[in-house]
Amino acid sequence: MINQGADGELSPSTDGNAAIGGRALKARLRRAERMRKVAAFGLVAPLLLFVIVSFALPIAGMLWRSVEDTEVSSVMPRTIAALKGWGGQDLPSEEVYRAAARDLAEARANGTASAAARRLNYDINGFRTLIMTAARKAPSADEADIRAAFVALDARWGERETWAAVKRASGPLTDFYLLAAVDLQHDASGSIVHVPEERAIYLDVLGRTFRISLTVTLLSLFMAFPVAYLMSTQPAKVANLLMILVLLPFWTSLLVRTAAWVVLLQNEGLVNRLLVWMGVIDAPIRLIYNSIGVHVAMTHVLLPFMILPLYSTMKAIKPHYMRAAISLGAPPAVAFVRVYLPQCLPGIAAGCLLVFILAIGYYITPALVGGAGDQMLSYFIAFYTTDSVNWGMASALGAVLLATTMVLYGVYSRLVGDGAIKMG
Amino acid sequence: MAAPQVPLTVSQRLGAILTWGGAAAVLFFLLVPIFAIVPLSFSSGNFLTYPLPGFSLRWYEELLTSDKWLPALRNSMIVGVSATIAATVLGTLASIGLNRARLPFKPVVMGLLLSPMIVPVVITAIGVYFFFAPLGLSNSFSGLIIAHTALGAPFVVITVSATLAHFDIGMARAAASLGAPPLTTFFRVVLPLIMPGVASGALFAFATSFDEVVVALMIAGPEQRTLPREMFSGIRESINPTITAVATVLILTSVVLLVCLELLRRRSERLMTGAN
Repeated sequence: MINQGADGELSPSTDGNAAIGGRALKARLRRAERMRKVAAFGLVAPLLLFVIVSFALPIAGMLWRSVEDTEVSSVMPRTIAALKGWGGQDLPSEEVYRAAARDLAEARANGTASAAARRLNYDINGFRTLIMTAARKAPSADEADIRAAFVALDARWGERETWAAVKRASGPLTDFYLLAAVDLQHDASGSIVHVPEERAIYLDVLGRTFRISLTVTLLSLFMAFPVAYLMSTQPAKVANLLMILVLLPFWTSLLVRTAAWVVLLQNEGLVNRLLVWMGVIDAPIRLIYNSIGVHVAMTHVLLPFMILPLYSTMKAIKPHYMRAAISLGAPPAVAFVRVYLPQCLPGIAAGCLLVFILAIGYYITPALVGGAGDQMLSYFIAFYTTDSVNWGMASALGAVLLATTMVLYGVYSRLVGDGAIKMG
Repeated sequence: MAAPQVPLTVSQRLGAILTWGGAAAVLFFLLVPIFAIVPLSFSSGNFLTYPLPGFSLRWYEELLTSDKWLPALRNSMIVGVSATIAATVLGTLASIGLNRARLPFKPVVMGLLLSPMIVPVVITAIGVYFFFAPLGLSNSFSGLIIAHTALGAPFVVITVSATLAHFDIGMARAAASLGAPPLTTFFRVVLPLIMPGVASGALFAFATSFDEVVVALMIAGPEQRTLPREMFSGIRESINPTITAVATVLILTSVVLLVCLELLRRRSERLMTGAN
């Protein structure tokens, strides 16, 4: 693959000396080519290493956290070991209870019980107090009827489901968080079932994320069309001016634009004033901190990402076809739908995918102009990371978002090639 | 280019009206938030409503004297400038390397280099949040600068690669054949010609860092609160007119960036056509 050029130059040579010289030359060329490659790689390497260390590894770490499960096994190693042989049909043996008594007493002494309690609480609500109480008042491991001692502490220690939860959390790997991210869980017998209704929130969040993104994408497409069309058909001077009008908001800080929408859409804001003045409404209506605000502000932010690819497709469309269609008697509307629109499809597809990909990852705008019921997937990822410190859940939701984005981006790059994203 | 003057049919006229009307309405939608927020920053009143009670510069005074906004601006500049320099140097070198030889796994390498631009920022942010804490990089300028460099570098790779695609390699060969050492060739011939691409990449990288809030929310400590970070809490807690003054300053900044980019684009076009 390297030296085709060199071969091509050397093959016509028939003279013996030249052939020897040619071979040497060929080797030298090959070496030079190799050196060039090494040099080129040397230039790429610093950024490559930097991106791997500062970006790829952290994300790999996040993905690892979504399946890692060591909190319980590090706090209750004996219990986990004793539970290995437990089939789940009836209550575990006394051995398991004794192991748990030792583990919990040790956890209390080391102050590590809360980590295990928190992890088990993700699985079954109320587990935190169960574990913390047991750690505080752990029965002695030498107790004659150890089971009764535990059950006396809390009746739940006499339930299979409790031990099944401990066993599920025995690690070192788990599908608990990933299943939970799509509202699934293992039941006591190990099969995958839907989580109880009151805990099923993530499919809802995912659905909402897709719904908002889709609406914003369609709104953007609808609004981008006339602007892109005008830009592509007007003389350069007008088109340039229009482009600047599109790029100015594009380049304006996201937070500035969000702040502007807060100001415009508030109860005493210009939009409400205008609507009241025009008699559309009698009293100011709520336009912000609900889904109206989210849709308006997100469409505003993402609209340029639709206009730019649409414009570059439309600019390449030759006007001849439309003229031909019309001169052949097609009414303009028909010519538009049957001749012009199909030629726009690549731009429409690229713009829609781009806007949708960007929309599903949105965090800042919904967080600032949405209500509690309008928060998207990213909000929950951030929430579980910083507020409720459930890193496994945050990572699993992150994995879902990352996978979705990657699949969509795969389609996008098939369509338009790499690197066109965000640059217009 | 004028087509022969045929009187427009009714539906053509309707189409034109719809297009112009629709485009005007959309452009109005795009621009109105920006123009609505600027006058409020000159209001003498406490409320973010029209009509303005009077003109004053009190919010700008507040901006300049507060102990919140100026340090935030300083932090943003520290992070933005450092990240831009790092991203530009690393990104330019990488683009030249990618352009120079047919490297194995080039699509994979390119995909990896561009991925910070594609992956949702919140994922980058939590990845970095988990990863940096044990390394002592959270609550530090270095952590924020490293993360922003990774986010900005793809833009440099894209703009410089685009410029290099039109670069006449004969120029560099000519310099080399005339005896210029590689470094001299690079600094005296290649770099000046690809400078517009490098500079626009740098502007993109700076704009990315200067407007980045998700990573800053996660890993910046109180000492590193950047301008977007302050704006985020400002909008969330109590939006007051000082924010409109900050917003106006930021809008001016983006106008300046936009003008610079346009000038660079024109210069790049001139350089490339001049080279042929």
